[in-house]
Amino acid sequence: MAAIPLSYNLRSLRVRPVATAATAIGLGLVVAVFIAMMALADGFQQVLVATGSPENALVLRKGAGGELSSAITRETAQAIAASPYVARDAEGRPLVSPEVYVVLGLPRLGTGMANVVARGVSPLAFEVRKGITITEGRMLQSGASEILVGRSIANRFANCQVGEKLAFANREWTVVGHFSADGSSFESEIWGENEQFFPAFRGEAFQSVTFRMQNPESFPAIQKALQDDPRLQVDVVSEVEFYAKQSEGLATVLRFVAVFITAVMAVGAVFGAVNTMYAAVANRAPEIGVLLTLGFKPGSVLLSFLFESLLIALAGGILGGLLALPLNGVVTSTTNWTSFSEVAFQFRVTPALLGTGMLFALLMGLCGGYFPARRAARQNVIESLRQG
Amino acid sequence: MKYWILIAANLRRNKRRTFLTVASVSLALFLFGALRSVITTLDDASKVGSEARVVVRNAISIVFPVPLGHLARLESMPGVASVSWQNWFGGVYVDERNFFPQFAISAERYLAQYPELVIPAEQRTAFLAERTACLIGPKLASKFGWQVGQQITLQGTIYPGDWTFTIRGIYSVADPSFGEDILYFHYDYLDEGSGRNAQPGTYILALEDPNEAAAICKAVDDAFRNSSDATKTETERAFQAGFVSMWGNIGLLLAVIGTAVFFAILLVAANTMMMAARERTRELAVLKAVGFRDGTIFGLVLAEAGLLSVVGGAIGIFGAKLLFDLSRFDANGLLPGFELEWVTVLVGILISLGLGFLSGIVPARQAARLSVIDGLRKLV
Repeated sequence: MAAIPLSYNLRSLRVRPVATAATAIGLGLVVAVFIAMMALADGFQQVLVATGSPENALVLRKGAGGELSSAITRETAQAIAASPYVARDAEGRPLVSPEVYVVLGLPRLGTGMANVVARGVSPLAFEVRKGITITEGRMLQSGASEILVGRSIANRFANCQVGEKLAFANREWTVVGHFSADGSSFESEIWGENEQFFPAFRGEAFQSVTFRMQNPESFPAIQKALQDDPRLQVDVVSEVEFYAKQSEGLATVLRFVAVFITAVMAVGAVFGAVNTMYAAVANRAPEIGVLLTLGFKPGSVLLSFLFESLLIALAGGILGGLLALPLNGVVTSTTNWTSFSEVAFQFRVTPALLGTGMLFALLMGLCGGYFPARRAARQNVIESLRQG
Repeated sequence: MKYWILIAANLRRNKRRTFLTVASVSLALFLFGALRSVITTLDDASKVGSEARVVVRNAISIVFPVPLGHLARLESMPGVASVSWQNWFGGVYVDERNFFPQFAISAERYLAQYPELVIPAEQRTAFLAERTACLIGPKLASKFGWQVGQQITLQGTIYPGDWTFTIRGIYSVADPSFGEDILYFHYDYLDEGSGRNAQPGTYILALEDPNEAAAICKAVDDAFRNSSDATKTETERAFQAGFVSMWGNIGLLLAVIGTAVFFAILLVAANTMMMAARERTRELAVLKAVGFRDGTIFGLVLAEAGLLSVVGGAIGIFGAKLLFDLSRFDANGLLPGFELEWVTVLVGILISLGLGFLSGIVPARQAARLSVIDGLRKLV
């Protein structure tokens, strides 16, 4: 079966530039919305999935479900630190961080308030948690009213620049530095020393204990041993899973909304493509007649028109990707309803997502082009030639 | 109008195209209706609180309690008619996915402050008389099949342990934006069950004069500024709006999507209208030759575009209204009181009118300017 040269389709598209462009732009907008919403869901999930290290375990009070509602007494924290499951540093200190976890209502730059996590960590927390880097200023000094601000929120809230003072819990805290944490949700938190936060928030207990496991492969055994210990009354979770789970609910909602909106839009755009292709077929009836007379098989005509439709879709897909691309890296925020606090995150337009958008565009082109192409292929040669 | 026949005939000449165009416009308006309703529902949710009540919470943040010791001082503040308090309980019923809000309330004081909660008199008495009793919303009753007299057990997260309640009443709401899936129980039970360790989460003050709200909020905060637990006081409406704003900039996101939808469909509709007009060049020339004026031709093409668009738009927006009303859609409890307002219907119709105008204007002008000679030449 001889194929109709591709240049035929390219020229045909050029003959009717307005209709081609309108259809391509329509498809492009659908693809752009699809990519943008998926990038939003991906960005949110990425932040929480990136939070935590697979070598760490997080200890909460039995049944607490989240850090906010948890409580771990000093005795329990000490018992955990003394347990054989905890890794030790070169000097033999257990890599444990008993933490005070509270939510602060802070004024945003501009207007309004938002909740921010304040985490009181042990000095060893920066070894327990890998990837924490001071990006500006210096490290916390033990015993001082000092805090570090995560870099995602440093420019979103008032009084969070290095050297400024932030007031909460009846005290003034000096911002001594900003930190990054490999893009995790820790970057949306304020960190101070646990022994400073403990009295400031008049806590009776820590909220959680995070420790580096001596042997991460044996996590199930560690989990069982600690959870079964009647003195402790705790739940033990893998730090990675704990945070990943927090993103599931909202990310699922976002993806569902993305699919719903783009599906409805896509149907509308496909209808547009169908109209355009039918009109193309109708206008070119004599040409198709000539093609068939020349000996091209109906199958070749069908493929040719399908290809033309796919070309329009390809242009739409590229356009949609280009429209959505500038969103990559744009920072926005929402609330992590588990911790009840704000998480800043970036839209993530990944190559995989762009590829999905392109496939989506081609699929729309295929749907929109099939019936008109079939109509072209089934034309009666005599009739169509007569129209010329 | 005598020209309707002509317009109707033109729309019938290519039924498939007419159908596809109407369908794509109606899908666009369906989406518009859904998106705008999310925004209006969130807007309403931020207005659900009363301006005549103010909420006192701990200044550090909402997760810190306000001591019971503040009560006497609050009650004695001028302009305060009554004081009640509530605690977020955060219990889990069987599985975390069965999420619904639960509040421990100072029952008698609280119910007196909330006329929005309508409870049959005997159920109200029964609830107040029993320490472990609870009140549930109608949505909980239908979702879990709960009945008055039944015992239910929640697992506490903030307050550890298993908590068993006896359902003594099912409230209905006088204001549709008020949550219908809330469980209320006695603060005393919470206090007792947590080893007399509870403190009120927030206080609610009913005011004698709502116009004094701003002054009273300030007076309360000033009174506790130098205490160990400073407070943050705002009207219930502002308090609720704060929660809604926690979703982030959803309004902007939805507006951007809505605009993209509008332009995508505008292109589809405009494209169709241009194709339709191009196909009819000869007919238009004939009409002109038999004496139709340029203005009439312009109007005919524009009216055709407008009709297509408005019919499509009306199907979409009324369809959305009907669907959401009949299914009582509320995104699984995420958007209580979700409603497609009549204002949205009206705006939708206006948008489809605009869509019709924009898609028809170019072909209509071309048709009006068409030279009769050129148009007729294509006949041969």
